Amino acid sequence: MSDTLNVINIGLSSFADAVAGAGGTAVNVNWRPPADGNVTIGKALSSLVHNQSVDQANQIAFDKYLNAQPVLEGIGRAGDVLPNMGERCILHSGPPIDWQNVCGPVHGAIIGAILYEGWASDKNSAENLLKSGEVTIDPCHHHAAVGPMAGITSPSMPVWMVTNAIGGNKTFTNLNEGLGKVLRFGANSFDVLERLKWMQTILAPVLNEALARSGGVELKPLMAKALYMGDEIHNRNAAATGLLLKQLVPHALRSGLPNDDIADAIEFIAGNDHFFLNVSMAACKAMLDVAHGVPHSSMVTAMARNGVEFGIRVSGGGDTWFTAPAPVVDGLYFPGYSITDAAPDLGDSAITETAGIGGFAMAASPAIVQFVGGTPSDAIARSKEMVPITLGRNNALTIPALNFSGTAAGIDVRKVVDTGILPLINTGIAHKDAGVGQIGAGITRAPLACFTQALEYLQENLNA
Amino acid sequence: MKFFQKILPNIYRDSVALMQISCKLCDLPGISQASAIMATEANIELLNEAGLLVEKMSPQPNNLLVAIQGDDEAIIDVAFKQVEKSINEVGTPTLSGEEQILAPQSIEMALDEFPEAQLALISCPGEYAEAEAQKALNLGLDVMIFSDNVSIEGELALKKYAANSGHLVMGPDCGTAILNGVPLGFSNVVRSGNIGIVAASGTGLQQISCLVDQLGGGVSQAIGTGGRDLHAKIGGLSMLKGIQVLAKNDEIKIITLVSKPPSPAVADKVLNEARKCGKPVVVSFLGADLAAIKGDNLFPVETLEQAAHAAFLLSQGKKPSDDPLPRHTIETSIIEEITSSFSDKQRYVRGLYSGGTFSYEAMLLLGAEIGPMNSASPLSTKHKLNDIWSSTGNTIIDLGDDLFTRGRPHPMIDCRLRNDRILQEAKDPETAIILLDVVIGHGSHHDPAGEIVASIQAARASAQKLGNSLAFVTFVCGTINDPQNLVAQENKLRDVGAIVLGSNAQAVHLASDVIKAIGDS
Repeated sequence: MSDTLNVINIGLSSFADAVAGAGGTAVNVNWRPPADGNVTIGKALSSLVHNQSVDQANQIAFDKYLNAQPVLEGIGRAGDVLPNMGERCILHSGPPIDWQNVCGPVHGAIIGAILYEGWASDKNSAENLLKSGEVTIDPCHHHAAVGPMAGITSPSMPVWMVTNAIGGNKTFTNLNEGLGKVLRFGANSFDVLERLKWMQTILAPVLNEALARSGGVELKPLMAKALYMGDEIHNRNAAATGLLLKQLVPHALRSGLPNDDIADAIEFIAGNDHFFLNVSMAACKAMLDVAHGVPHSSMVTAMARNGVEFGIRVSGGGDTWFTAPAPVVDGLYFPGYSITDAAPDLGDSAITETAGIGGFAMAASPAIVQFVGGTPSDAIARSKEMVPITLGRNNALTIPALNFSGTAAGIDVRKVVDTGILPLINTGIAHKDAGVGQIGAGITRAPLACFTQALEYLQENLNA
Repeated sequence: MKFFQKILPNIYRDSVALMQISCKLCDLPGISQASAIMATEANIELLNEAGLLVEKMSPQPNNLLVAIQGDDEAIIDVAFKQVEKSINEVGTPTLSGEEQILAPQSIEMALDEFPEAQLALISCPGEYAEAEAQKALNLGLDVMIFSDNVSIEGELALKKYAANSGHLVMGPDCGTAILNGVPLGFSNVVRSGNIGIVAASGTGLQQISCLVDQLGGGVSQAIGTGGRDLHAKIGGLSMLKGIQVLAKNDEIKIITLVSKPPSPAVADKVLNEARKCGKPVVVSFLGADLAAIKGDNLFPVETLEQAAHAAFLLSQGKKPSDDPLPRHTIETSIIEEITSSFSDKQRYVRGLYSGGTFSYEAMLLLGAEIGPMNSASPLSTKHKLNDIWSSTGNTIIDLGDDLFTRGRPHPMIDCRLRNDRILQEAKDPETAIILLDVVIGHGSHHDPAGEIVASIQAARASAQKLGNSLAFVTFVCGTINDPQNLVAQENKLRDVGAIVLGSNAQAVHLASDVIKAIGDS
């Protein structure tokens, strides 16, 4: 022992005072029983903290995440490009769920997709088709895809295609329809389906042609730039959308496609500040999928909600979803709406927080700090709060307000349970009824129960 | 109901900022709905659906639209003024230095912030203590577990892990320690010096370190092991490690071991470690056969007081004296005075202890001189009190034992339990002597003597009604540098006529002499 005494004090804070009074140094832990006081899980946690197998696995997984280079390569038809999707399948956001149990917006969007595909001619027969079991539903995440809100993706829909140039893994996501009455909030009226058809027949070819001519768009540099321009690239995508558009316009104009189509496509993108959101999500998934499947790793590789359950996947957790009831978001509501109208948390977009942006990068986005208390310093505090529950920093995605340090990334299940600090998620709020649309936005936290389950899984597997 | 709508041209605010303004408006009295929003097509549609727009309007995406529904025009006017004010409000710049700093919420987080840390001091509820200790060990820290209620299996697992990784586990139920001269837990402000202690007994550690301090010596390292460490199941893992730690510490010249007698197998291991540590070792295994403790560098002693004296002399480079210490400092005439004041029925000593080791030592010493002591946890089960809440014959109880403290604070912190028992003993016509320990230092009651004095006076008054006169025999375990101050505490007790001695052994010897004197008279 050295000449001084340096103590970490857990429990009675007066003991720390006595140490300091006698010339030692003591740091008090602001201690709460981990895992809401569940002793069994607390003990499982204690065997995993600083465990070499887990630490080594996490280093591998985290490096894979850091090294990923997502490139936006083109647009494909979902049924053709998504792995194992098939022609009678509709994908939804979040963990798996039976069609009988889906929330209002997801149900409305499934019906919309059946009509869009032409598998039924009206809503009644669409309902019957769903009941017959001829159409199956499956999570986007099970097909290398993600989708915001309801996340509904059917075989004929155009999807963005992203490839990780380092790992070779591919991810997919549908195209953003804009705000208002849209399928992802469960709207399925004629004009919604018309817009989807226009996106499929006009918008997608323009984008695909432009992308092909551009040779692909490297997404990490674009996202890094967007962080410098005030996006956190989940709830604010204004800058990223502009940056993408800037890259694609010249190629679109040279594509030889009808000028009107190109103009309509540009106008559509320019009118939707959230257009880049889906691309951001696919980029994040590409970075995280490559980190999935490292045995014993406690790094979270997906957080997603289906409007009923919140689920996470963990690198060393195999195919298991660790789920808990999805929280209802106590956020800011549009006029005429309140928390009683809200569907529980919904959408795959928490993949952005999983990858270290969105809520984790609040400090980059002063424009939307009202979500976290109102001042930029609140936003900075929230971004800093995420540091202790993550494996490290992503130095490819830096934040000026944090002295250009990288975003906190690689959520560690162990650290979440040990500190009780729950991952912060920026989110839109859907009306609980199909088709009403977005009624607010706010921040929410991933439920602790997802992480405690994952922890138990990891511990059992480590000892197996 | 009135409606109001107005365009504020060429003002852009982010939607989130505007939602906040809208929410504040809705909270105003008399306002049923309100919105400040950029006048885009989608937003206008939104307000139409909410029934908030009375006049049709075309999209003007760069203009801000304010729409308010309220009880009357005056109310709406107030609301609109608030919108204008909010729109024009500018944020106050905050320096980054003013941002809140997140307090660590786990040991790992604390260690990230404070990588110099050597020790985790754990005093959380016992059910969580094992996990916290395990995490601290995983992270390369030594551990002191103040918490109790850790299972013996848990204790063994932690100590085995620590033994493999070369770390020290003090506790569970380790109430006190001194590391690098810094007191931990319930501890006394003791001069630093070349004596080291390894103790399975918290109050034993305190008694020895305080007496060494009073003698003029110093204790820089006092390692607590927790009371179960020398049980056969644990095998003395922490005491073995403690001896090794002190053996390697250049400042420490003398090692003192304190415990109840361990099982023979554990005693062998511990004494073997002591024999090869290369330093003189004072062995205070209370109640053990001293002749069985053999070794050139081993100095077995009978009492905690002797341990302190032996360690002090050794620390001065002297040989411990073979002469016995004085039994106590009270003259025979005073003993006679005391016994003569007793009534015929007053025959027994009632030891009401707050320190477990003091109570144990008292039972040993008194038992050898005036016969077995009745107790809630006696030396032999034959002498177990039928009712722990009522004394009979010569009785020694440890009020800090779980049997008494269940659901109550420890008597070193909260004096009520013992004060009540003092009054109860005073009402027993057979009570002659009330024997008390007073333990001070960090963590203890801020004025235990002050609390006890009041009940001593009440007890005397109550005994007087029976025609009895009580003798209070006490000692204070502490130092003059403790927050309560040893001398100040002793004086408070003397002021109400209590006899104050220098150690537990002395107090017990005096009690013994008085009881013997009653028998002789």
